[in-house]
Amino acid sequence: MRLRFLLPAAVLVVLIVLFAFGLQHDPREVPSPLIGKPAPDFALRVVGEDTPFSRDDLLGRPLLVNFWASWCLACRVEHPLLMELARQGVEIVGIDYKDTDADGLRWLERHGNPYRHIVADERGSAGLDWGVYGVPETFVLDANGTIVHKHIGPIDEQAWRRTIQPLLTTAPARAATETR
Amino acid sequence: MIPELGHFAMLAAFAVAVIQFVVPFAGTWKREPRWMAVGASAAQAQFALILIAYACLTWAFVERDWSVAYVAANAHSQLPLMYRISAVWGAHEGSMLLWMLMLTGWGAAVSVFSRSLPRDVQAQVLAVLGALCIGFLLFMLLTSNPFERHFPVPEDGRDLNPLLQDPGLVVHPPLLYMGYVGFSVAFAFAIAALIGGRMDAAWARWTRPWTTSAWLFLTLGITLGSWWAYHELGWGGWWFWDPVENASFLPWLVGTALIHSLAVSEKRGLLKSWTVLLAILAFALSLLGTFLVRSGILVSVHAFATDPARGVFILAFLGIVLGIAFSLYAWRAHRFVADGEFALLSREGLLLLNNVFLVIAAAAVLIGTLYPLIVDALGLGKISVGPPYFNAVFLPLTAPLAVLIGLASVIGWKRAGRSEVLRRLRWPAVLAVVGGLALPWLVEQKLLLVAAAGGMLALWAMLMALEEPWRRWRARGAAGLTQMPRGIWGMTLAHFGIGLWVLGVTFVSLYSIERDVRLGPGQSTDLADYRFELLRVEPFSGPNYDADRAVVEITRDGRHIAELYPEKRLYRAQGSVMTDAAVEHSPLRDLYVALAEPLDNGEWAMRVYVKPMMRLVWLGGVLMALGGVLAASDRRYRLARMLRESATVPGGATA
Repeated sequence: MRLRFLLPAAVLVVLIVLFAFGLQHDPREVPSPLIGKPAPDFALRVVGEDTPFSRDDLLGRPLLVNFWASWCLACRVEHPLLMELARQGVEIVGIDYKDTDADGLRWLERHGNPYRHIVADERGSAGLDWGVYGVPETFVLDANGTIVHKHIGPIDEQAWRRTIQPLLTTAPARAATETR
Repeated sequence: MIPELGHFAMLAAFAVAVIQFVVPFAGTWKREPRWMAVGASAAQAQFALILIAYACLTWAFVERDWSVAYVAANAHSQLPLMYRISAVWGAHEGSMLLWMLMLTGWGAAVSVFSRSLPRDVQAQVLAVLGALCIGFLLFMLLTSNPFERHFPVPEDGRDLNPLLQDPGLVVHPPLLYMGYVGFSVAFAFAIAALIGGRMDAAWARWTRPWTTSAWLFLTLGITLGSWWAYHELGWGGWWFWDPVENASFLPWLVGTALIHSLAVSEKRGLLKSWTVLLAILAFALSLLGTFLVRSGILVSVHAFATDPARGVFILAFLGIVLGIAFSLYAWRAHRFVADGEFALLSREGLLLLNNVFLVIAAAAVLIGTLYPLIVDALGLGKISVGPPYFNAVFLPLTAPLAVLIGLASVIGWKRAGRSEVLRRLRWPAVLAVVGGLALPWLVEQKLLLVAAAGGMLALWAMLMALEEPWRRWRARGAAGLTQMPRGIWGMTLAHFGIGLWVLGVTFVSLYSIERDVRLGPGQSTDLADYRFELLRVEPFSGPNYDADRAVVEITRDGRHIAELYPEKRLYRAQGSVMTDAAVEHSPLRDLYVALAEPLDNGEWAMRVYVKPMMRLVWLGGVLMALGGVLAASDRRYRLARMLRESATVPGGATA
């Protein structure tokens, strides 16, 4: 047996080790350093109004913070699901990212508004602090304003049922134990 | 009842697969012809059983049996019948069943068409195929049963992924799978050669038509996939270097190398262990493709619903199958010694070079595809590898291939005379250079050096492909052409197809123009010599979607060219939005219009493209596949069988 004939088998072993590693990691998951940390502070205003809106308005109950924009195609993909969640009573705060008030409001008028509060982030400053690098992105916050989870891209049924919903329902309990 | 019948047929097929694996193998061990013969009947029985299972699943789709979870997840009551039938392979479980149908189909075909093989070789080949069936059936029965019931029964299905509701996608997966799975036959032949320690001209001759058939299906499948992406994704691209596209391209590259090295092994008795390795690799890369698509370890637009259990299973299966194959190779391949000597200026020398370039290209694509995973595994962060890498690496590797192709027919086996070769390629070379310089000027009125180079390579490949028929015609007139073997016709056609493909790729990548515009009804935009006018946008209802459909008129110097109807569709059941681009095409150019987004007061954001010679890219692919059909049906592959039959039937037809 000559060594060069063993080469394919050796390459195979390396590849299998690599794939075994790959199976344990989700390539879509970009780790966010903010998980488990308090949500970054911001001072914005409500879309179409001068009412200020800041981090304090997010405290007291678990909720979803959804970065979206009227110019964002993928936001339309997740939109029907957000509407459905809003109907079920899930509180979603929408942050209109790098968008004008007029465009944002017109978009919501046309497609429906799933948001309890709509916040304007015209220059994307809050998005920068929160580490958003493409809309839509959705953050799950517990009652203390801690980021428990970040979802990149449109939310789908599977992500909602497997990850986000369980987090939302356990978030208050965890918050309670932490304060104790 | 029907879904249970299907499930039962799958279980029965599993039992038969075990028999197909064990009995013929034991037969070759014990030299017991009756045991060896079991392989053929088992292969046919298994095909029949999987066909029953497949029919049962199709029936469940046609009858809208929502109690079957897979049907409910991938169909809808308003889904048209054609798409209900094609929805069978619309997601993971059903596409595995289609995969099995084809695997057993190839097995049955081997059992029928390879009767002329020595008994023990046929038994071993069928046993290997049986072993593969065991693995895939086990995978389906344990992790991906398409017949699983689901209670309570939903009122309606969740509909087929709208991306898959397109005629192109109806046929794309079956063709691709035919190709992937088809390489299992070459793989089985390679394993049989390694076990038996025999690898001669006869072996190469048996393996060639099977390899070519698998390759031609793969070629068609990839071509069609590219055509579909162009029409359906709405941004004018036709190849994205997406991991899953690469997964289909890798076996194609290696399969192409295999076809050529098989020729060397048959005619000259050289490159034997290399050929066997390629046969294993082609199938290994097909398996790898399956793994990448279905495990979700790479980010891709072709996402199947992923499930870690499936990934682990396929990885284990891959490890076992390829581990055994490569171990056998390491143990036995040194026995395959060359029968002749090797000269570089000879057909076998050229084919060796062709193999080197194809395999390096495949390696480059493989590395690019897996690189994000490697970087992540080494803890260096998350990256993605895009078209710039692949284009930069792949194009320089294909240019020498185009040069080599041209030499295929003028350089003979063993050792070619230099002066004779030069005499034959003199005129085509001059023509190619002149034509290559002239083409960009004639077609686009703008000379780019790269375009001229691409044009030269393309013309060179095409002209030289015609060299052999031309020479035969000059020597013997029409008789020279009609008597040309199909194998040579196949080569001519496939090489001509490559030339067309190179021409298309060159022009479409260098001379395409596009524009994003904002148009209201009655407004127009000019691109190249064409005027695109948006006449109106009207609502339109399909069977299971609602759409905004634009009517766009294209004129050139006031002359009407075409009216196009691009659509933006909203599929009701899943609420997903899809772009359906509209294209007007001629061999020289495509005019492509896609609706992007509705804006205010009836205006739309639109994309318009003028893409010269786009069609040639696919026409080239189709010609290559047709060449494959001709080559695989060459009569010398059937000769052995005909001889045998005429010998057994007294007074039968003479071969």
